Amino acid sequence: MRLLTHNMLSCNIKGVTNGFPLGLEIVKHEVKEVEFNSDFIRNMFVKIEWKALVDAAKSMGYEELPEEVDSSMLESDEFLKRFHHALLELHLEEGALVCPETGRKFPVVKGIPNMLLNEDEV
Amino acid sequence: MKLKQLESYLGNLEQFSNPKIELEQYPTGSHIASRMLYTAENSFGDISGKVVADFGCGCGTLSIASALLGAEYVVGIDVDTESLEIAGENAEDLEVDINFVQCDINNLSLRGQIVDTVVMNPPFGTRKKGADMNFLAVAMKVASQAVYSLHKTTTRDHIKKTVLRDLNAKSAEVICELRYDVPQLYKFHKKKEVDIAVDLWRFVPQRDQER
Repeated sequence: MRLLTHNMLSCNIKGVTNGFPLGLEIVKHEVKEVEFNSDFIRNMFVKIEWKALVDAAKSMGYEELPEEVDSSMLESDEFLKRFHHALLELHLEEGALVCPETGRKFPVVKGIPNMLLNEDEV
Repeated sequence: MKLKQLESYLGNLEQFSNPKIELEQYPTGSHIASRMLYTAENSFGDISGKVVADFGCGCGTLSIASALLGAEYVVGIDVDTESLEIAGENAEDLEVDINFVQCDINNLSLRGQIVDTVVMNPPFGTRKKGADMNFLAVAMKVASQAVYSLHKTTTRDHIKKTVLRDLNAKSAEVICELRYDVPQLYKFHKKKEVDIAVDLWRFVPQRDQER
């Protein structure tokens, strides 16, 4: 699971109001190279919840993203490449996503997050 | 990529080995899938460079077609473990990158306007009434640019009315009418193969600021 997917997902249990961002429990993570597309990355900038991305990347040991950002940084190739790396190249292979409100864990197996709910959570 | 080439790639994909009727699992044929995605890309520019989500991706046909046509990020979502396994193998065979999520579309909660385009071949709602409209309701919330979906032609008026009235659509248009081959997959199918008329729809959601 890439961190762009993580940035979209929130806890879907009925009644949860604050289900984003999901915490990361990491058993195994991987880095897989992806071709760099600066237009796409620039486009993503306004859509991403920055803090969620920074924290998720940190939990995978990647600390090169600035805490504070503004759109002037999009001029910098160096910044775009770091953003690209965090968003698209870091993968959670095995572990779990954790609801920030209830602590419910959603397992991630072979890179696929399992967001299925039990009957009493729907 | 040419239409014929796309169709032939999709024609080689592995399909459901054990289809589950409660999920209305029918493979999306390569004829329909290739035309659906080819039109989305070449007539409307909704695929290449975009974030595309495939709702009820099954064995991944529409996800893979999106990736082959240049989608920058593809998310394939399905409730069924077996389907996701087959979809993963299909993606690997064609060397495309799909981001799979296991989730029931009815309970899907995706944040923000990250997804540009949703493509789907939803359950037609013949086994579970309303299943098609439920998928559509979620898709209209998630997509910021367009939703492409297949629905039985017999439901055309109902869909148009509901989508415009209740689901915040700016426009709803049938792009073409196709024949959907339903092979004899399940025991209750009496005929060897039937084809039913389906509409390929393109829905455009209202942007947030227009609501």
